Amino acid sequence: MDFSHILNSRKITTSVVLGVFLTLLSFGRLYAQEQKAPENGQETKTEEKFDPTETIMEHIGDSHFYHVGGGIAFPLPVILYTNKGVEIFMSSVFGHEGEEIHQGKYYKYALVHDKVKAVTGDDKTIDATASVFDLSITRNVASLWMSVILLLIIFLSVASSYKKRVGKAPKGLQSFLEPVILFIRDDVALPNIGYKYARFMPLLLTVFFFILINNLIGLIPFFPGGSNLTGNIAVTLVLSVITLLVVNLNGNKHYWGHIFFPGTVPIWLWPLWWVVELLGIFSRPFALMIRLFANITAGHIIVLSLISLIFVFKSVAIAPVSVAFVVFMDILELLVALLQAFIFTLLTSLFIGSAIEEHHH
Amino acid sequence: MNPLVTPDLGLVVWTTVAFAFLFFILAKFAWKPIMAAIGDREASIEKALLKAEAAKEEMERLVHENEALIKQARAERDQILSDAKKVKDQMISDAKEIAHKEGARMIELARVEINNQKAVAMADVKNQVAVLSIQIAEKILQGQLEDQKKQDELVSQLLKEVKL
Repeated sequence: MDFSHILNSRKITTSVVLGVFLTLLSFGRLYAQEQKAPENGQETKTEEKFDPTETIMEHIGDSHFYHVGGGIAFPLPVILYTNKGVEIFMSSVFGHEGEEIHQGKYYKYALVHDKVKAVTGDDKTIDATASVFDLSITRNVASLWMSVILLLIIFLSVASSYKKRVGKAPKGLQSFLEPVILFIRDDVALPNIGYKYARFMPLLLTVFFFILINNLIGLIPFFPGGSNLTGNIAVTLVLSVITLLVVNLNGNKHYWGHIFFPGTVPIWLWPLWWVVELLGIFSRPFALMIRLFANITAGHIIVLSLISLIFVFKSVAIAPVSVAFVVFMDILELLVALLQAFIFTLLTSLFIGSAIEEHHH
Repeated sequence: MNPLVTPDLGLVVWTTVAFAFLFFILAKFAWKPIMAAIGDREASIEKALLKAEAAKEEMERLVHENEALIKQARAERDQILSDAKKVKDQMISDAKEIAHKEGARMIELARVEINNQKAVAMADVKNQVAVLSIQIAEKILQGQLEDQKKQDELVSQLLKEVKL
């Protein structure tokens, strides 16, 4: 009797989780970033036509200003590596709205589509002779370093409590994070990589917690968050290139042998095989890059769209509906934040495992 | 091209730098000691569990040993008790036999004694009877011989009887 109850409740739990996943798949991934909403409200009051696409793109993209909310924004440092030398100035030189042109040491600069460009005149025509490499501390870079510092604080303090409490049960933050670390080790690394897992643990743990904390920071709609770091293709590109490098630099002779000398395949098919295998090498990290980027960005877009509905309809009445949906989406996003960090780590360890697997034919 | 799917090279550079920095610091100062500590703790827990298992087995062995000892002690007790019973029975039967023999012997002795006493008593009675007879005869004779005539009569009778 008792057993059947437990089984029933498990079935229910499983179906609830499944339902959540299906909802997720059909609706897309959801995410919050709504700090500019009141501002947009003011914009609409000035009778400008509200363009949700522009607002949303602005929010999920990068910026040279860090919006705190309520129209207040921090200027951020602009670092330019031009063909004439390095230029450093604050983004406040472009004015509050980012409309002004700044006369730098070497060129005139202006913000074109929120990017710093060298311009020739006052009409913002791009200077074709200038080559400008933008290394500015943008909103994403600032958020990136904040998350790095946060991760360092968290894990260095956890490491110190491990040193202090040798042989004792974990306590506090340590006991909160230890099950996660053990989960990565026992359920992600060990079954996929095998007995050589220990070498890859630092990378997998760093990747997991880096993605997780940035996903979570992205969920916060105002200052410490408000960025869309893991929903930025540059960030996911770097992470997937790291996976690509780690997998292929650790590939053993079986891995490469399988790619270049597929024994049972007829010789005349080998060139085709090489093409397919080389595509495979790149397509797997590529899928990782797109998966993380698309999941997080789609979430942001849906949440922002729901908020934008209020301004599209120019009605407060729609607000409760929007807010209710946004709360629902935010909760789903919490799940997605964990899930995407987990999937990235899981697939990375799976690829590593397939590259270092020892075949015994 | 859509700006969303165009990687910004500046951000690529910064992400690479920040991630590499994070990775090396965490790998050296966080993951290494954390994984080592977890590994050590697990090893010590495993050791403790093995020890507990060994202790359990030892306990079981001791319990078995005790049980065997108790069994053995019981068997010994039963053996001793049955031996004692045998001895007791033997003693009782021996005692009975001895008592029986002794009784028979005493009865025999008693019988002999009784016979002896009876013989003695009979002899005594015979003597008494003889004495009494003599006395009676004496008295009778005395009575009969009191006057002279009767004496003479007797003498003459006796003389008659004596045939020469």
